[in-house]
Amino acid sequence: MIEVAEKRTPYAEDFSRSEKTLQGHSLPWLKDLRRSAINRFMELGLPTDRHEEWRFTNVKPIAQTIFQEPGMRWPNNFNVGSFKDLTFKGLESLSLVFVNGRYAPEFSSIPTTLPDGVRIASLAALITSRPQQIEPHLGHYADFERQAFTALNTAFFSDGAFIYLSQGIVLDTPIHLLFLSGPGTEPIQMHPRILVVAEPGSQASIIEDHAGLGKGIYFSNSVTEVVLGENARIDHYKIERESPEAYHISTLQVHQERASRFTSHAVLLGGALVRNNINVTLDAEGAECSLNGLYVATGHQHLDTHTLIDHAKPHGTSRELYKGVLDEAAKAVFNGQVIVRADAQKTDSVQTNKNLLLSDNARVDTKPELKIFANDVKCKHGATIGQIDPEAIFYLRSRGIDAQKARQLLIHAFASDMINRLEVAPLKEGLSALLSNKLKNGSR
Amino acid sequence: MLEINNLQASAGEKKILKGINLRVNKGEVHAIMGPNGSGKSTLAHVLAGRDGFVATEGRVTLDGKNLLAMTPEQRAGEGVFLAFQYPVEIPGVSNMYFLKTALNSIRKHRGLPELDAVDFLAMMKEKSKLVEMDQALLTRSVNEGFSGGEKKRNEILQMAVLEPKLGILDETDSGLDIDALQVVAKGINALRSPERALIVVTHYQRLLNYITPDFVHVLAGGRIVKSGGKELALELEKKGYGWIEEENLKAVGANAR
Repeated sequence: MIEVAEKRTPYAEDFSRSEKTLQGHSLPWLKDLRRSAINRFMELGLPTDRHEEWRFTNVKPIAQTIFQEPGMRWPNNFNVGSFKDLTFKGLESLSLVFVNGRYAPEFSSIPTTLPDGVRIASLAALITSRPQQIEPHLGHYADFERQAFTALNTAFFSDGAFIYLSQGIVLDTPIHLLFLSGPGTEPIQMHPRILVVAEPGSQASIIEDHAGLGKGIYFSNSVTEVVLGENARIDHYKIERESPEAYHISTLQVHQERASRFTSHAVLLGGALVRNNINVTLDAEGAECSLNGLYVATGHQHLDTHTLIDHAKPHGTSRELYKGVLDEAAKAVFNGQVIVRADAQKTDSVQTNKNLLLSDNARVDTKPELKIFANDVKCKHGATIGQIDPEAIFYLRSRGIDAQKARQLLIHAFASDMINRLEVAPLKEGLSALLSNKLKNGSR
Repeated sequence: MLEINNLQASAGEKKILKGINLRVNKGEVHAIMGPNGSGKSTLAHVLAGRDGFVATEGRVTLDGKNLLAMTPEQRAGEGVFLAFQYPVEIPGVSNMYFLKTALNSIRKHRGLPELDAVDFLAMMKEKSKLVEMDQALLTRSVNEGFSGGEKKRNEILQMAVLEPKLGILDETDSGLDIDALQVVAKGINALRSPERALIVVTHYQRLLNYITPDFVHVLAGGRIVKSGGKELALELEKKGYGWIEEENLKAVGANAR
């Protein structure tokens, strides 16, 4: 236990040092929130493999590294050309760009006049100018009482994005939140925070994109809270393409009101150690959520997906499909929990996880977990782990397609239905190319 | 074109082909018949280069080139085509994309420029008529959810598109009703040409009612035990394989003495 306690201390020291520099530190409610979060973190400590939810993912590398706050200056010679390769060709979006966790207006493209009732801005700016829109939601959904990383984020966040859609607003152009992390001489940490409030009947697509600039160790610990009012619809795209040595922990916490529809697409490609938590609460009748995901790991990557769909009220629908491709000595975890509460009659839930292992050393731990307390529900789940079919390889080769290409074709075929589900065409093309590139570099 | 000399081959631990000799000239159609387990399909797979089928002795050349030293894709490039008895389903890869990739790989091997999308589409339209293939099947995943007849038609369509020198049809007739069989046979006949040789591997004479072979060979116990013209197939249909096996046993017995 001493070992664990020691890991907490630097964070406490950091907090007392930096509390006064965090955005909005003078707001009493925010100060209280942050203090409760750091106090709770001091009690929880970082999880170890003794925690059931962290059995397969060891965060020791994060605990053992001393991370600095990123400086106020951009990384050396940083300019718009530095992330040219990371843009999606043809993607028209309202974009907010963050560099090392801090909003970079000079690289962002938010028109000065957005439609009435739409707010897309840096959280740091809004938290002081519009706290009344933020206070009722921030920290109300993401659970820092039980989740140490959420507690850390809640204590330390200073910037991020705030998106507000007033009643009935339909945004056709997707919102692109691009978090660029550029390593410096020492490991740095970022705690980006995103809050999305979609009032009744509103609709938007949000791309949350975490990308690394070059190599180097850093720790990105993000928390996103999304609130959907009645009949609101949010499509959330999470693209994780951090640097090869990065640690990325993130939590997406979704709260759904009556007949709202939430869709998530998560594509995990980068990072050394990645944990992606998605928690959705269907907190009113007739809500619908759909979680799609693809994780592709090579080398020694460890990519962990934990999802929790909480059906709290009747007539909810959830669909979940996650696919994984693992090569070399990569590891992945898929843990999909579905809770159907006693109240949530007529729930209809389907969960599927499929994995393709490309090498003998790759490993996946998949664990569907259904907890059903209602008695009139329809719930299905299934998980598969397979290899490339040698029959299919021979079939393709017998038609003149060389062995390597045949293999790539089959991997793409496996992953393609996840890519095809993306409703933003430039993302489809861009991610398809990223995938090809990754598998080309990462395999024989 | 194809010369097989004393070909011996194993599948896994088991020795299956025990010395095949066969010469196929261009323009010819050879039927290889025989009882189950005689080695017909093994011969087809050894020629196509399937993993797990190992030639332990003998020589196979295609226009003088050593076929056994080539990878399956090189063999395809050189003009060998195997129509599978059980075509493989490939979810997520459209038939069209698959064929285009295959054709352009083969064209590249042959030193020809790649076909662009427009030329390829025009070609597909024409070739798919040959086997009365529903255009909708072209955009579906390869063989996924196809009926038995559609799968076999798809094999012949691939042969039509890839234009091999040597087509090997492995039990293409199995599992087809008479209507489907006629469509497939019509497609195969349309692909007969003075430049192309076909080896038709079949258990039944039925297919040969529609595709008239120039030569018929009977394979039993891993050897070609009898060769003849198309009449041989009819005789087999009437008398079964039993008499040949008996004849063969006598012959082996005689040799042993």
